[in-house]
Amino acid sequence: MTGATIALTGPDHRAAFRVATFADVLRSEWTKLRSVRSTFWALTATVVLGIALGAVISAATAHSYATFSVSQKLSWDPTGVSQAGVAIASLAIVVLGVLCISSEYSSGMIRTSLIAVPKRGRVLAAKALVFAGVTFVVGEVTCFVAFFVGQALISGHAPHAALGDPGVARAVVGGGLYLAALAVLSVAAGALLRHPAAAIAVMMAVVLVLPLIAQALPDSWRNPVTEFWPTQAGMQITNVYHSAHTLQPWPGFGVMCLFVAIVYAIAWTLLDRRDA
Amino acid sequence: MIEARGLVKRYGSTVAVDDLSFSIRPGLVTGFLGPNGAGKTTTMRMILGLDAPTQGSVTVDGRSYRDLPAPMREVGALLDAKAVHGGRRAFDHLLCLAQSNGIARRRVDEVLCTVGLEDVARRRAKGFSLGMSQRLGIASALLGDPAVLIFDEPVNGLDPDGIHWVRTLMRELAAEGRTVLVSSHLMSEMALTADHLLVIGKGRLIADTSVDEFVRSSSQQSVHVRSPQAADLAAFCREAGATVDAGTAPDVIEITGTDSAEVGRLAAAHGIALSELIPVRASLEEAFMELTRESVEYQAAGAPR
Repeated sequence: MTGATIALTGPDHRAAFRVATFADVLRSEWTKLRSVRSTFWALTATVVLGIALGAVISAATAHSYATFSVSQKLSWDPTGVSQAGVAIASLAIVVLGVLCISSEYSSGMIRTSLIAVPKRGRVLAAKALVFAGVTFVVGEVTCFVAFFVGQALISGHAPHAALGDPGVARAVVGGGLYLAALAVLSVAAGALLRHPAAAIAVMMAVVLVLPLIAQALPDSWRNPVTEFWPTQAGMQITNVYHSAHTLQPWPGFGVMCLFVAIVYAIAWTLLDRRDA
Repeated sequence: MIEARGLVKRYGSTVAVDDLSFSIRPGLVTGFLGPNGAGKTTTMRMILGLDAPTQGSVTVDGRSYRDLPAPMREVGALLDAKAVHGGRRAFDHLLCLAQSNGIARRRVDEVLCTVGLEDVARRRAKGFSLGMSQRLGIASALLGDPAVLIFDEPVNGLDPDGIHWVRTLMRELAAEGRTVLVSSHLMSEMALTADHLLVIGKGRLIADTSVDEFVRSSSQQSVHVRSPQAADLAAFCREAGATVDAGTAPDVIEITGTDSAEVGRLAAAHGIALSELIPVRASLEEAFMELTRESVEYQAAGAPR
């Protein structure tokens, strides 16, 4: 023992304690995130996939630009091409976001966490905030590096973009924003479903499978999906050019944020009410 | 001080905890005893705010756990030693818990030394034996230097050295004036560690008593006698007010309601030769089993009821 004496129970012994704050929980969640290896690997995968895939696709499409038809040349989007890896990188964020809370359920750590912080909303909020913050920084780095590498590979073979071109800076910054919103959604889904495999499967369905299925549907079904499906709507913020049957960048991102907020609220309510 | 009033927990139609009321006082080790499935862990989970009671309430120093402003500084708990993320190093596990309650980083090193894990502080928890995990769990309970400590089966998986260490630690913590609640399904363990006992079975309170009292009231004495004149001695003993049961052989009797000295005196007075005279004391374990026999959840087929 430390030899520290403690006051017996009574109305006054709490006066000596510092009340635990939300900032304490944020610090704790940051330690949790950085102290498991899966964080490092998932974030490395995000950066590497995002940059490398963007570079490969940029180089490949730029070299075949000369053979493009007129309509293909008209819809040439050098920013979008250089950011092509971001969609794949987002899968690593989904997996990590789901795991950072559902792994606590599979290991039982969640009980230890909730005994330490019985105000449960703080645990979820701190996890979501810390992970979204890290994702935002990693996402912005990935998007900007992918952009500059991509444009360097494109230039000389096809028209390339510059950050000063209309909508380009917003699209590149938007990549990090989209990933951060996806990060919060993944944490909320992990808290909601509690089983890592189930939560990852549902998130993959939301991000990848349902939009793909929608492509096979008739227009009358497909158009509302591409317009309002939360992740599709949110992706608009990463596009320089507006295509038919999609929302404008910021309203689209707003739709995604609204959806994230709803899922988060459900996760928060259930976390608070369910036996842990 | 932990106080429960009319605590009930139902899972569907199963009643895990049935109208429990108790108060657990500081300065004592209180043993929370009951067979597997008696509701010990559920009760502890309700104390710690993990499960919401179906009815009733439980408070720590007058507040419900979820309202404590600095929970780890008031209550330290070890529920499940394996409830840690296996990929995290022991030090980081304790650090993230300490940070969540604003507890200084050096306290992590202190508790690692207290539980003897300082050499494996940088190892990942998935490589830990059950005994090491128990020590890590105890370390996390001690982080906030709390006045109330709750341990669920803390000696599970420990070697004899470890068991001795936990017992000593519990006694020290109580001697410092803290409230210590320790659950176990082993009466013999509690007899060595606890001052006070809370015995439950099938979710109900069976006994709330000091260990001494429990031992005195429940350890029945009997006298085992072997004699060629067993039948005669039996008659004299009955005359003296004792109860006599037939033994395992015709020349053996089991006498209760008196002691071996009295039986020896009776035999000498009547010139009866004795070949065996053995005082038999029921073990605490037997007394506990007797007490909880009605409330054991699963019994082996053919087990005596």
